[in-house]
Amino acid sequence: MRLYDSSLAKIFCAASILLLTGCSGPFSTLDPAGPSAQMVKVLWYAMFGFSVVVSLLLFVWWWRAMHRDGGDEPQERAQNTLKHWVWLGGIGLPTISMTLLLAFGIPFGHRMLPHDDPNAVRIEVTAHQWFWRVKYPEQGIELIDDIVIPVNTPIDFHLTSEDVIHSFWVPRLGGKLDAIPGRTNVLRLQADEIDTFRGTCAEYCGTAHAFMQFELRAVSMEDFQQWLAENGATESTAEVHDD
Amino acid sequence: MTSAELQRRMAEVWDNLPGWGQLAAVNHTSIGRRFMVTGAIFFLIGGVMAMLIRTQLALPNQDIVPADVYSQLFTMHGTVMMFLFAIPILEGLAIYMIPKLIGARDLAFPRISSLGYYCYLFGGIIIMSSLFFGIAPDSGWFMYTPLSSAEFSPGPGSDFWLLGITFVEISAMAAGVELTVSILRTRAPGMTLSKMPIFCWYILAMALMIVFGFPPLILGSVLLELERAAGMPFFEVAGGGDPILWQHLFWLFGHPEVYIIFLPAAAVISTIIPVFSKRPIIGYKWIVLSVILTAFISFGIWVHHMFTVGIPALAQAFFSVATMLVAIPTAIQIFAWLATLWMGRPSYNLPMLWVFGFLIVFVCGGLTGVMLALVPFNWQVHDTHFVVAHLHYVLIGGMVYPLIAGIYYWLPQFSGRMPSLRLGRWGFWLTFIGMNTTFFMMHLTGLLGMPRRVFTYESGLGWDGLNLLSSVGGFIMTLGIGLVLLDILLHFKFGKKAEPNPWQADTLEWATGTPPVSYNFTSIPTVNSRHPLWDDPSLLTSIGDGEHGLTEIRHGRRELFGTEVMSGKLKAIFHIPTHSWWPLLSSLGLALVCVSLLVRFYPLAIVGCVLAAIFLLRWSWENGAHPAMAPPTDYDDNEAPLHSRTHDGPGLWGMIITLLADGALYMSLLFGWLYLWMVAPEWSMPDTSPLSLPLLFTAGALLTILVVFYHLQIKQLKAGNVRGLERNLGLLGIVGVVHTAVLVTLTAGAPLDLQGSAHDAVIFVMLAYLIFHSGLGAILTVMQALRVRLGYVGKQFPYEPIVLRPWWTYTLGVFWCSVASFVLLPMVWGS
Repeated sequence: MRLYDSSLAKIFCAASILLLTGCSGPFSTLDPAGPSAQMVKVLWYAMFGFSVVVSLLLFVWWWRAMHRDGGDEPQERAQNTLKHWVWLGGIGLPTISMTLLLAFGIPFGHRMLPHDDPNAVRIEVTAHQWFWRVKYPEQGIELIDDIVIPVNTPIDFHLTSEDVIHSFWVPRLGGKLDAIPGRTNVLRLQADEIDTFRGTCAEYCGTAHAFMQFELRAVSMEDFQQWLAENGATESTAEVHDD
Repeated sequence: MTSAELQRRMAEVWDNLPGWGQLAAVNHTSIGRRFMVTGAIFFLIGGVMAMLIRTQLALPNQDIVPADVYSQLFTMHGTVMMFLFAIPILEGLAIYMIPKLIGARDLAFPRISSLGYYCYLFGGIIIMSSLFFGIAPDSGWFMYTPLSSAEFSPGPGSDFWLLGITFVEISAMAAGVELTVSILRTRAPGMTLSKMPIFCWYILAMALMIVFGFPPLILGSVLLELERAAGMPFFEVAGGGDPILWQHLFWLFGHPEVYIIFLPAAAVISTIIPVFSKRPIIGYKWIVLSVILTAFISFGIWVHHMFTVGIPALAQAFFSVATMLVAIPTAIQIFAWLATLWMGRPSYNLPMLWVFGFLIVFVCGGLTGVMLALVPFNWQVHDTHFVVAHLHYVLIGGMVYPLIAGIYYWLPQFSGRMPSLRLGRWGFWLTFIGMNTTFFMMHLTGLLGMPRRVFTYESGLGWDGLNLLSSVGGFIMTLGIGLVLLDILLHFKFGKKAEPNPWQADTLEWATGTPPVSYNFTSIPTVNSRHPLWDDPSLLTSIGDGEHGLTEIRHGRRELFGTEVMSGKLKAIFHIPTHSWWPLLSSLGLALVCVSLLVRFYPLAIVGCVLAAIFLLRWSWENGAHPAMAPPTDYDDNEAPLHSRTHDGPGLWGMIITLLADGALYMSLLFGWLYLWMVAPEWSMPDTSPLSLPLLFTAGALLTILVVFYHLQIKQLKAGNVRGLERNLGLLGIVGVVHTAVLVTLTAGAPLDLQGSAHDAVIFVMLAYLIFHSGLGAILTVMQALRVRLGYVGKQFPYEPIVLRPWWTYTLGVFWCSVASFVLLPMVWGS
């Protein structure tokens, strides 16, 4: 039937749009600038490719099935055929896919966790409706909606919230983690290049949620040290909102 | 009696009252239709909200919809689609279809069907009214605390959600209980479990999932409303609560709910494919196994909605694997469908077009689901448009497409007319293309970093073109859905008349007439096959001719065959109620409670509670040998005894299934208690229990004595000994009252700091739960004593006290369990 051809064409079309459109953008997870985001990008393309193959196979199979006269296959023989299909496709395929997925996914996830690292820089981030208060505890520096970090250095963001639940996310560096009142979550991120990255709140937190963004500037270690020295002496440089 | 005469007399007993009397209808065909029509209307309302959302997001930096309205829109869109469309419309389909598929004339508890419908309707109207007043809930359809709590949502929006949804959920619980009991106990004689149409297995699983899945949300909603209205700090850190508890309770419900929606939809697919492949489904047992597996797994994966909350890594890995496991039963079903097509002779028509669309869209959604189950990937795309895309693929693909396939398939059964192929095709292709355009793009928008629930975005982030395409696709889809609706509406007038069994289907619903008669089957056949109409096409006429069982109608009762769970052997005849105003009145009482809680006018809420209780108890009065139900007549059927004359019947089963749900509610409370104790950052527990132990143990002793004697009394009753029955039941009722009074005294006297301590607030809720159970049990026991006096219960009618027994057993169980876990455990373990 013509109907089915056009739908297959549509899927190819949609898939190619993905390849054609640029993957860059200040919030793009597909334009990674840190190890965590890089791993997720690899995972994504692998899973996407695998899914395309699996779904196309299924669709072609289904299309064949719709256009085939199965005759009067006796129920018993049909059951027997199905048994093979179930073991191979229904149980085998998902099991293998899952094993593969987890074989890569679990170590990747593990590497993103904030393991002990003497070089890690600690930054405390407190979310408010609707801004981010950023503290460098050792230097006593406090910023709003602005973060400065050294490049190529693991950073531990200690996240909490003063009011509702927010979620701290810098897509080009890695995954998000919620800022929750009453507890502190630690998110490990690292920037591999000197650049200014954009971050946003990902958990709906009230009417100005869409504007609860921040900038994260990755600078060289020397610049960072200098910045700390310059700003650490004076109590606080940035204008602090009073809530 | 000629068959025409028989049919006339059946209709007299089974038809609804005319005019306004339709409001008293309890018949499953009427109620099922009402559910579906109401659900469709809510679907359109939800759709309009989606259109507004897509209009706002079509271009960057738009301000067509301001932020506060936008937040109401996305909250209400999700709420309406989930709670007022998806679940109720599928319940409606199940309520409509199940008796017809299993060869019964109605569901086991017709008045409960009606109550469920009214609770759904009134609850839905209450929730929608908030939008009309511009004060709709606006913290997202999963209402995360503390955003939804009194401090950050001071308006009544959250209250509308919590009270309205809880009200609506009564209908889901009602459907869950009655569908379970009906499928297990009212199948046509001979229909063993393994001869049930595959549809029934799915619905059985769905119904049981409702029974276990909804209570956590009901508890969560009650707790959150108590926090908002009375300041009890269950979810507030400072008072010793924890906002994450809400997320656990919500998703404990929320994930099973996804499968509660998917299973009935898959049931439609499994029903349609064999009919249009002209062969029995291949792998019936595999499918049954998959359905059961899905139901089980779905209760163990709720945390995958919470991977970014900061839960320990090992737990995340566990829930990640569990989530992926769902792929196995789903894949098994897909291959069973595929095999049935492969080895059959498929034919094309409208229902199959939607089945085809289902496969493509659902498989895509399933694959992104597996991706999302992978924790590191989830951390990136959680709460972005990627998730929005995924959930719409699974819900539209996995629920709306099969639903429309099912509607087209059963349209001749509903109306006796056939739909138009041409209009229907246009409808499908526009919907299919529009839907994929809208949501495929959203995967990309999400990967490019667009969070969900933002009301606008700046230009130049790479999101502009994709959003515009999504919006255009959304409008194409709307057009498609519009054509489908037009097709369905027009067919009632212009559709060509359907022949009996137009698709040559195998199941009994096609033998109920097109459109069906109010009593479904003039006579109930014995079913010895999984495909009754294929194996014996003469059933199409012989049923209507009254050649099979249960044809005695001179007594004027509505009756069902009551069969054994496994074997389908005829055991009893269930007499069921005729039309009744009590469900409408009871739900009006409950609506009054709901509205007065909303406006915080508590005296009126108490009036509403009392009214609802009176109506409900009055309703329960019309049972057994009551003149309005099944008094002794000269025309008793000789095929089997009436259930109220035996020790077993639908009510007993209904009681047990209800108690399972009740138990799930209690377990949720226990979970909340332990969770707060272990996890809440500022939890504090006093060194000694605030409850008076002497009073507590007095109450326990009274209850234990009561329940032991109740059991002894039932033993005698079952043996046919009714001496002193009235007096004994009366005495036990009084003991129940005294026990309840002790509990009330205990609660009133306890120095509980309800607003300052989550610990005390949970204790209070636990006590209220116990008081409710004991109090209701006492009232019902006293009523039983009265019924013995009036002759509705006695030697010949021993049934009702037996139904009440599990209630008392349960009450005793939760009492001591509460003493152990809320009082003794903290004493042993200390704080």
